[in-house]
Amino acid sequence: MAVQAPEAAPPPRAPAVRPRRKLTGYWLILPGALWLGLFFVVPFYSLLATSLYDPNGSVLGGYDMTYHFANFVDAIKDYWEPLLRSLGYAGIATLICLVLGYLLAYAIAFKGGRWRTLLLVLVIAPFFTSFLLRTLSWKLILADDGFVVDALQSVHILGADDRLLATPVAVIAGLTYNFLPFMVLPLYASLEKIDGRLIEAAGDLYASPVRAFFKVTWPLSLPGVVAGTLLTFIPAAGDYVNAQLLGNPNTRMAGNVIQDLFTKTSDYAAAGALSVILMLIIVGMVMAYVRTAGTEDLV
Amino acid sequence: MSSVADRDLRISKLTKEFATFTAVKSLDLVVPQGSFFALLGPSGCGKTTTLRMVAGLDTPTSGSIHLGDLDVTYEKPYRRPVNTVFQNYALFPHLDIYENVAFGLRRRRSPEVARQVDEMLALVELTSQARKKPPQLSGGQQQRVALARALINRPEVLLLDEPLGALDLKLRRSMQLEIKRIQTEVGLTFVHVTHDQEEAMTMADTIAVMNAGVIEQMGSPTELYENPATTFVANFLGQSNLIAGKIIGREGDVVKVQMEGTVVSIPADRAHADHGDGWVGIRPEKVLIAPAGQPIDAPGNHMTGAYVTDVSFVGVSTQYLVRMPWGQELMAFEQNTGVRGIIPVGTAVDVSWRPEFAFLLDASQDVNAGIEEA
Ligand SMILES: Nc1ncnc2c1ncn2[C@@H]1O[C@H](COP(=O)(O)OP(=O)(O)O)[C@@H](O)[C@H]1O
Ligand SMILES: [Mg+2]
Repeated sequence: MAVQAPEAAPPPRAPAVRPRRKLTGYWLILPGALWLGLFFVVPFYSLLATSLYDPNGSVLGGYDMTYHFANFVDAIKDYWEPLLRSLGYAGIATLICLVLGYLLAYAIAFKGGRWRTLLLVLVIAPFFTSFLLRTLSWKLILADDGFVVDALQSVHILGADDRLLATPVAVIAGLTYNFLPFMVLPLYASLEKIDGRLIEAAGDLYASPVRAFFKVTWPLSLPGVVAGTLLTFIPAAGDYVNAQLLGNPNTRMAGNVIQDLFTKTSDYAAAGALSVILMLIIVGMVMAYVRTAGTEDLV
Repeated sequence: MSSVADRDLRISKLTKEFATFTAVKSLDLVVPQGSFFALLGPSGCGKTTTLRMVAGLDTPTSGSIHLGDLDVTYEKPYRRPVNTVFQNYALFPHLDIYENVAFGLRRRRSPEVARQVDEMLALVELTSQARKKPPQLSGGQQQRVALARALINRPEVLLLDEPLGALDLKLRRSMQLEIKRIQTEVGLTFVHVTHDQEEAMTMADTIAVMNAGVIEQMGSPTELYENPATTFVANFLGQSNLIAGKIIGREGDVVKVQMEGTVVSIPADRAHADHGDGWVGIRPEKVLIAPAGQPIDAPGNHMTGAYVTDVSFVGVSTQYLVRMPWGQELMAFEQNTGVRGIIPVGTAVDVSWRPEFAFLLDASQDVNAGIEEA
């Protein structure tokens, strides 16, 4: 149209309008971009640099930039156990969160009725107390003379000398507890959007309630599943508080090692290398996961 | 009791009470197998609730639903040989058109899914859209997917809940013909819910007119139109002139009524009241008028002393309002045959209609019932 009738679109108008519209977009991006630049790109660059320092340097003597790529090999050699443990604990905690969180989000979304808002507030209520305090109180809950251990011992699930505190179970329990709301909220948001009439339509088309769930409800909730598992797994894999407060020296996760390397042994190069490795592993796993989950296909 | 081939849908004394409201009140209905049945009524009269109970999506408070000899009143929806075309289509947004249509077959592990889906998509002319997702289709196309998705299961009863309500007028008219064609082709029982009386009349073999949770009258479109049994049906299905009268009594095949100084005779099978007061009803196109003194080519009740108060020319016909000597305005629709020009406002006219076209209704019914809703 415009080609056939150039006089219909006077040339001076077009350039006046279009650049301004483009600029608006840049202005809107600017605050976020500055924030990310200052607090993500710069620190990340510095971390990357640290990971390539000469490992023989020290805080007092200073570090030399020697592009020492062997730091990465050394870090994996020395710390593959805590690395795997991080991924394993985070993975198990994420799975438990998914099961518990899905049931909870489903119940709130479909059976919550007028209590929905209250129930959602209860889900995030733990955030009103500090993360550290809540994790410390799990120490009391799982203590050797606490009611949980007593109860499990009385039904002989735990032996008389078995304990929960300072075991992997306690660390995973702590991770599950602390990150459950991050699972529930995106799941709820997805489930709540599902039109109940679609589930009725599935029933009308010969799907039993169980099949209707797997053919309609579950696929439509996948965006929430993906978001929830990412929001749970990523921080859980990098967490060190739960392992430190609820675990023992044999349950150390990558986060604990990094913390020690930075703050106790001041081995900055190794700490940096381990941080970068953990980050790359998580990014790689997330990308593979999002690709298989195929969220871009979902509505 | 009945033959094996008898798969009529029989609803008896069906009632649905919600917390504070009775949506369906002791409803009785028989839908013959293979028929195109319309459930017609104004919004909120309980049509969707009735369909949902037949589909098994709502549990009746009391009453029963039978398919032939099979009692399905409390059968789970996924075990009923009944499918629904939902009011808002309810297509699965995560599945493409092909999988939406195949959904019911796959749940029942039906053989030859591909062939059946291809045939069904061809029937509704959507073959080229098979791999698109529902939101990518137009309203009319989504409507056809919803129809195909239900129809492919060859249900004993197909329920359609205002399936054309979201379409514009032109598309609605063509889809009416389309659905009617498909029903004739597949020969299944269709129960079509609508609040559009024209739609019900064009499509259905049998119409049940529903009002406030009860069936007012059931019959073929012509029966309902020509011989309405209640003021609601008389007003909701087309338009009617209702004139107050006193019933004198039955004489042979007719019921005599004293109506504003004239005695009119109404065929007994069109009289739905036999004593006391009554409404004499006559459809506007049956009312003939002519300038005072000129002959009217219909032998019948002849009334003089009227005059024209309003004329609207609508092309195929002219619609007159005529004030009768007793003060009431009657509607008279005249075909635009060109035999006579338009009679201007203020002209004194005589009014007549054939007595066999009139009907008689119970005067206890609200004369305005169904007018607002139509
Ligand atoms: N779940 C429900 N709870 C309470 N009232 C309802 C419910 N569903 C429908 N109703 C009421 O029942 C009446 C009939 O509704 P419906 O069958 O949807 O009417 P229609 O389909 O004829 O428009 C309406 O007045 C509606 O408000
Ligand atoms: Mg409805």
